[in-house]
Amino acid sequence: MITKRIIPCLDVNKGRVVKGVSFINLKDAGDPVELAAYYDKQGADEIVFLDITASHEKRKTIIELASKTAEKVFIPYTIGGGISEIEDIREILKKGADKVSINTAAVENPSLIEKSSKIFGSQCIVVAVDAKYRENDFWEVYIHGGRTPTGKNVTDWVAEVEQLGAGEILLTSMDRDGTKDGYDIELTSAVTSAVNIPVIASGGAGNLEHLRDVIKLANADAVLVASIFHYGEYTVRQAKEFLKSEGINIRI
Amino acid sequence: MYIAIVNYNMGNIKSVENAFRKIGAEIKVTSDPEVINSSSAIVLPGVGAFKDAINNLKDLKLLDVIKENINKKLFLGICLGMQLLYEYSMEDGKSRGLGVLKGFVGKIPSVVKVPHMGWNQIKIINKNNKLFSDIDNGENFYFIHSYHIIPENRNVISSVTDYGIEIVSSIEKGNIYGFQFHPEKSSTIGLKILNNFWKLVKENS
Repeated sequence: MITKRIIPCLDVNKGRVVKGVSFINLKDAGDPVELAAYYDKQGADEIVFLDITASHEKRKTIIELASKTAEKVFIPYTIGGGISEIEDIREILKKGADKVSINTAAVENPSLIEKSSKIFGSQCIVVAVDAKYRENDFWEVYIHGGRTPTGKNVTDWVAEVEQLGAGEILLTSMDRDGTKDGYDIELTSAVTSAVNIPVIASGGAGNLEHLRDVIKLANADAVLVASIFHYGEYTVRQAKEFLKSEGINIRI
Repeated sequence: MYIAIVNYNMGNIKSVENAFRKIGAEIKVTSDPEVINSSSAIVLPGVGAFKDAINNLKDLKLLDVIKENINKKLFLGICLGMQLLYEYSMEDGKSRGLGVLKGFVGKIPSVVKVPHMGWNQIKIINKNNKLFSDIDNGENFYFIHSYHIIPENRNVISSVTDYGIEIVSSIEKGNIYGFQFHPEKSSTIGLKILNNFWKLVKENS
């Protein structure tokens, strides 16, 4: 049966990894490609790059990242961060990226999901959704890196993007992101129940039990992990061995 | 001696190229019929829509070139590149494929999550398949697809994958090989399969 995926996430600014990455055994721990290759060796199932470059150079740096990664990394990788044009998606995929993730542009221009999934196939269009708890069963979708509320209910929105052709949801809990208190099980359950496409849970991983819980209790198909890997608290291999020992189907 | 990787403007061609370069294979990425005619083997990659893929091959005048070459030399179709060999696909209305192999391409039923995305195990049926040399039964490969092949003749199936429904994960017929999964994205184990193909090309030349 299909395995659950462990996906390290790298934030990249102007071609460099941001947020402390504290590996001492890498030539250049700030090089996103070298880090991705390192995670591939450790057994990561995929890599997600989030490009946060905010300048006119952005298009160039993001395409360069796609291209350089393809030469050294032989597992699938997704690139996201401010992508809003069909031509940019085309270029990124052409360089060897497997998927692009779209967030703000998907809300502002939902036809982008429809068009891009028709042209390139649903499987390479990931819609990233940032959600914040409001009340009862209402989580609100935010855009612009979590600065702008949209009024949209997350469960309605994910169902809509599935209809439009998205192939996967990258779901981030804004309430949990950066807390290390664990993934938001309720939010993730609400989303995995609302769609029939794979869901990557993100935000809040602080230990390996958190990974297990969101997979077992919320049926996440994959978990996005950042700081606990980057700061060397756990290796990808340790995470996978733990999940396997907990009876989860994992590729070792 | 070289492998012609057919460039017909679909996704993942670069990844397939990079993976073959990584293992040190002689390759030419091309849409030139002459380069394909003179090659020792052909790789047809492909990610994207079935209809677009066929139309691109048609525009590049490569449909007949592939049909003429396919029985003469080693051929490897990856994902969509394998699906194109079948008679037709149900993707986006019915569209005709190359018809080299009997059967069709259907949508994965929505009793399971679609797309089938991630690492899944293969159960090797044809143990003599040379591309599976040194590959253990139950090894994981990366899949990412919403459509799958339904071969008319089950003799061509060299491995299957359990995704709640059965997915035909690879085929072999004579000198034709096809994978539903992506060896070029399946880390070390995937590169090993591509290396097995390259070894076969060298043996046959």
